[in-house]
Amino acid sequence: MAGTQTERARERKDQPGESPAEYLDRYGRMRLIRRFEQEIHRLFLKGEVHGTTHLSAGQEAVPVGVCSALEPDDYVAGTYRGHGHALAKGTDPEALAAEMLGRATGVCGGRAGSMNVVDLPNGLVGCFGIVGGSIAAATGAAVSAQRQGRVAVAFFGDGASNQGYFHECLNWAQVFDLPVVYVCENNFYGEFTPMASVTAGGEIGIRAASFGMRSQVVDGNDLWAVREAALEAVGGAREGAGPTLLECQTYRHYGHSKSDPAKYRPPDEVERWLARDPLDLARARLLDLGLGEEDLSATDAEIDAQMDRAVEGALAAPYPDPAQQSGSEFRE
Amino acid sequence: MSELEFRTAIRDALDEEIERDPSVVFFGEDVALAGGVFMTTPGLHEKHGQERVFDTPISELAMAGAAFGAAVTGLRPVIEVMFGDFMALPMDSLVNQSAKFWYVSNEQASVPLVVRSAVGAGGRFGAMHSQIHGSWFQGIPGIKVVGASNPADAKGLLKSAIRDDNPVIFLEHKRLYSVKGPAPTEETVPLGKAAVAREGRDITLVSALRGVRDCLEAAEALASDGIDVEVVDIRSLRPLDHETVLESVAKTNRVMLVEEGTRVGGWAGNLLGIVAAEGLHELDDAWIVATDDTPAPYSPTLEDAWLPAAGEIAAAVRERLGVSARV
Repeated sequence: MAGTQTERARERKDQPGESPAEYLDRYGRMRLIRRFEQEIHRLFLKGEVHGTTHLSAGQEAVPVGVCSALEPDDYVAGTYRGHGHALAKGTDPEALAAEMLGRATGVCGGRAGSMNVVDLPNGLVGCFGIVGGSIAAATGAAVSAQRQGRVAVAFFGDGASNQGYFHECLNWAQVFDLPVVYVCENNFYGEFTPMASVTAGGEIGIRAASFGMRSQVVDGNDLWAVREAALEAVGGAREGAGPTLLECQTYRHYGHSKSDPAKYRPPDEVERWLARDPLDLARARLLDLGLGEEDLSATDAEIDAQMDRAVEGALAAPYPDPAQQSGSEFRE
Repeated sequence: MSELEFRTAIRDALDEEIERDPSVVFFGEDVALAGGVFMTTPGLHEKHGQERVFDTPISELAMAGAAFGAAVTGLRPVIEVMFGDFMALPMDSLVNQSAKFWYVSNEQASVPLVVRSAVGAGGRFGAMHSQIHGSWFQGIPGIKVVGASNPADAKGLLKSAIRDDNPVIFLEHKRLYSVKGPAPTEETVPLGKAAVAREGRDITLVSALRGVRDCLEAAEALASDGIDVEVVDIRSLRPLDHETVLESVAKTNRVMLVEEGTRVGGWAGNLLGIVAAEGLHELDDAWIVATDDTPAPYSPTLEDAWLPAAGEIAAAVRERLGVSARV
């Protein structure tokens, strides 16, 4: 099957957006997210990142593949596991790292922290600490997007598909033909609980059928597959064909949050998924498509250096001064 | 002077703001084709079209979420959550999304949206169609809570709410919709400012929404007993204008707060706490008249006893001041 996909990728490589060089950039963005999460993990253990944080390592192909199908002024709403959503949409890694560190130069000046990042200049209408909140935010952004010729995307997990937000908003979006793509990052665990034990019906993608909504179940660790599905969904939304639900099946490498060592996952399951690391799959595909090890190594080195600079800059940044930056509840 | 009905004031404010600002959209259950279950919005859909005024599914959470997402991306939504009691459903979006966005985003954008609802008891609607949700939202930074006691204020406050850059909860008391009063003389009424509805020297009564009318009626009765009552219409629960109350109390030295809601956890207790903290030296007496600590009952005899009405308000003042009613 991989061979078939590689053949299809070879056939498409002269089309706009489909060249191996462009996929190498997307691989680089995936590596940036991976390196970012590793750094945040390290900084959390050092006490530089506070409270809790939810890492998305292992799930990088989903936001990168989906956001590669978007225009810069399209809208994205992410989750509390949202570092990858922000980075995929274009948030500056140093500003994002500074936000995690609670610094004044953070993308939200240190007011948001890990779970609630907003970056409107890059179209990120927010990341939400409440499971399912992103679904509503993207649905609302789609009300505007419908008038603006744009598209909105909601990222959310399998757990959110059991929230009222999911059912109310998918119905709403289909009723009003909103240009929105609902991207379920199904990592098979809602916090510590296996998805299958609390989710009726097996697949989440099939829930779209009850709304008459288009849907696809996608290999969420395959950058090419995610991008292909996203291009179709985003293109349809932009042309007025309404919403799509994409269930992207993936797996998180870390536990749910920083208090979770993820001991509840069977070792053979973890092993199986680690063997399908989305970065490894992308590297293999890029080599198949004719890129050399040296191209990949150069990208790796470039991304690693970018991440090092981002962390260094963020660590050097000042904390916000309460006397200067206490803020007010209302816009005057 | 021309007379304006309360429900028409609501409709006119919406009509004029939808006309004035192309980014204003209005949606809710039965607001478009049906014109609202209390007939507050007839004709708006026909006049402004489906793009601007539309009916929605019975999905209050999606409605508030849609309004939030639309508001941070360029629109100014007004939504109708039909009854105040239904406001328990969209609370996550309003509390965790709309109210927090301006601050948490480091002021990247604010959330200009208005949530209108019919509130209050006295209509024999029972426990799930009679609550006032003002106090539920009063303790949440980043969201304004306002409501009028008369048609002129209703129009001016709603227009201000729609023009305000922040989320605003707008309370409309059911037993005011058919009330008529003078048309407004000003285009807008500022949010966050209480109004002195009646001047007096002996005691200050503070209330909101329908309670203000009851206090004004009680004040007339008390005038014939020789008690000169000042009535303050608080109009805004957040921000809470304690200054106007303090000014009034500095004159009268007595304050009675009348709330359609329970004494514990209500706006009246909040306000009295601030008034006491800031102006204890001005106070000779202070107390609260509120509803019983039960849900709103259905039966007319039970509901009437549950609500603080004009007669009960006047009696409470007489008793406290040691004055007998003149008969």
